[in-house]
Amino acid sequence: MLDVRGLRKVYEGAGRHVEAVRDLTFTVEAGELVCLVGPSGCGKTTLLKCVGGLLEPTGGEVYLAGRKVDGPPPGMAFVFQEYGRSLFPWMRVGQNVGLPLKRKGFDKGRRRALVADALASVGLADAAGAYPWQLSGGMQQRVAIARALAYEPEVLLMDEPFAAVDAQTRADLEDLVRRLWRERGITVLFVTHDIDEAVYLGERVVVLSASPTVVREQLKVDLPAERDQLSTRVAPRFAELRTHVYEQIQAAKRGAVTAGTDKPPPH
Amino acid sequence: MRPLLLRLVFALALPVVLVAVWWVSSADSEDVYWPPLRTILETFPGVWTGERWRGDVLPSVLRLAAGYVLAAVAGVALGTLIGSYRRVRAVCEPVLEFLRAVPPPVLVPVIMLFAGIGDTMKIVVIASGCVWPVLLNTVEGVRAVDAVMTETARSYGITGAARLKDVVLPSASPQIFAGLRQALSIGIILMVISEMFAASNGLGFTIVQFQRSFAIPDMWTGILLLGLLGFVLSVLFQLVERRALGWYHGLRAAARRSR
Repeated sequence: MLDVRGLRKVYEGAGRHVEAVRDLTFTVEAGELVCLVGPSGCGKTTLLKCVGGLLEPTGGEVYLAGRKVDGPPPGMAFVFQEYGRSLFPWMRVGQNVGLPLKRKGFDKGRRRALVADALASVGLADAAGAYPWQLSGGMQQRVAIARALAYEPEVLLMDEPFAAVDAQTRADLEDLVRRLWRERGITVLFVTHDIDEAVYLGERVVVLSASPTVVREQLKVDLPAERDQLSTRVAPRFAELRTHVYEQIQAAKRGAVTAGTDKPPPH
Repeated sequence: MRPLLLRLVFALALPVVLVAVWWVSSADSEDVYWPPLRTILETFPGVWTGERWRGDVLPSVLRLAAGYVLAAVAGVALGTLIGSYRRVRAVCEPVLEFLRAVPPPVLVPVIMLFAGIGDTMKIVVIASGCVWPVLLNTVEGVRAVDAVMTETARSYGITGAARLKDVVLPSASPQIFAGLRQALSIGIILMVISEMFAASNGLGFTIVQFQRSFAIPDMWTGILLLGLLGFVLSVLFQLVERRALGWYHGLRAAARRSR
């Protein structure tokens, strides 16, 4: 579904030459939930913006369902970390969710149905008439998720979406993403710096190196599909996986070079 | 009801005091140029008859409205253009700084040369003074559109006219309204000034006529009326602004609460 080949991004500034992303290759299959995790400042956001067509890569290509991405494709929806700045404060929640649908040329009835459905599935069926700033942070991020859902993307890109909400809200939102992914069969690429979150959410975790970024390891998360905050997080296998990813990230911070493997840690 | 009543008392307290001070201090004034307020108020109904309203006040207000709307449309349109493109801004900025620095009343004689002394001249004078605060504030507002909002719009394919209508202009609207408010007071000043130069009707013209014919209380009633006109217009403006920027005031209040 999503194919990232040899992605490279160099920022050229006044006398500065910053290589943010060196060489990234990975794929996301249709219906997969993949988490990208890496040390802080490893160019995760740069990478996601390149994938989403918001930034032009210096080298390499991104393919969405076989078509090369140059500019934001209609088959991708973005959920940003800064929900407060990503929702339009002059529009009510329903208008925010419905705005991108106008571009798709749907008639009013279809738009209204999609908006109502998306808001209901994030648990905000009653909030359509409110302004975003009347809602809590967690609810605002739910609105942003609903906007992405209503857009019916082939791939949902999420850029550290829960980094700015409190821990309890974050747990709820994680479960929401899991549930939506399972119910709707959407493809999700989820970027985070939180190792636990990556392991808890993902079917697969792509561990990134420090900047200039390369793929350090790809790890299949062999936890049961049915996950919940209580039992999954205390499962021995969860602990093993998070320890493994944690070690990889620590090693990445130190800049240790190990060959990338596809093998999960042994049971 | 109580807070409303209290607010009304607060709003009216100072004006009442000022009028009282004026009333008392001018009560037994013998000065021709400083007539008692009582005399001025007694003169008022006789001066501002229906005919004067039709013949002087209405034309003034219409010219103000025409000039103001012209300035608002031109200011927002040009400001959006200049604010959106860095290149255009680089070319225009020095010229704008110069033009803004020219006091608008100075333009009256110049514009008279081109536009004659009719309504066109007055409308152009008002518009050419009002346009600057609108234009410059729009430029700033359009430039300041949040980067995340811009990216959100782009990622969802909101481009072109939709982007302008749904993202850029609403985002800039608090600043645009700040410019429009400044422009309103400038507009009233220019309305009067333009009528003082070469005119056969209008508020400014009438006031100058009264002054030249030593009808001093009548002149004072004109000044009073101008003040009232300005007040009414600013109240109207506030009503419109509160409707259009309701979201902005709510957002600000929410941000204050969460801090």
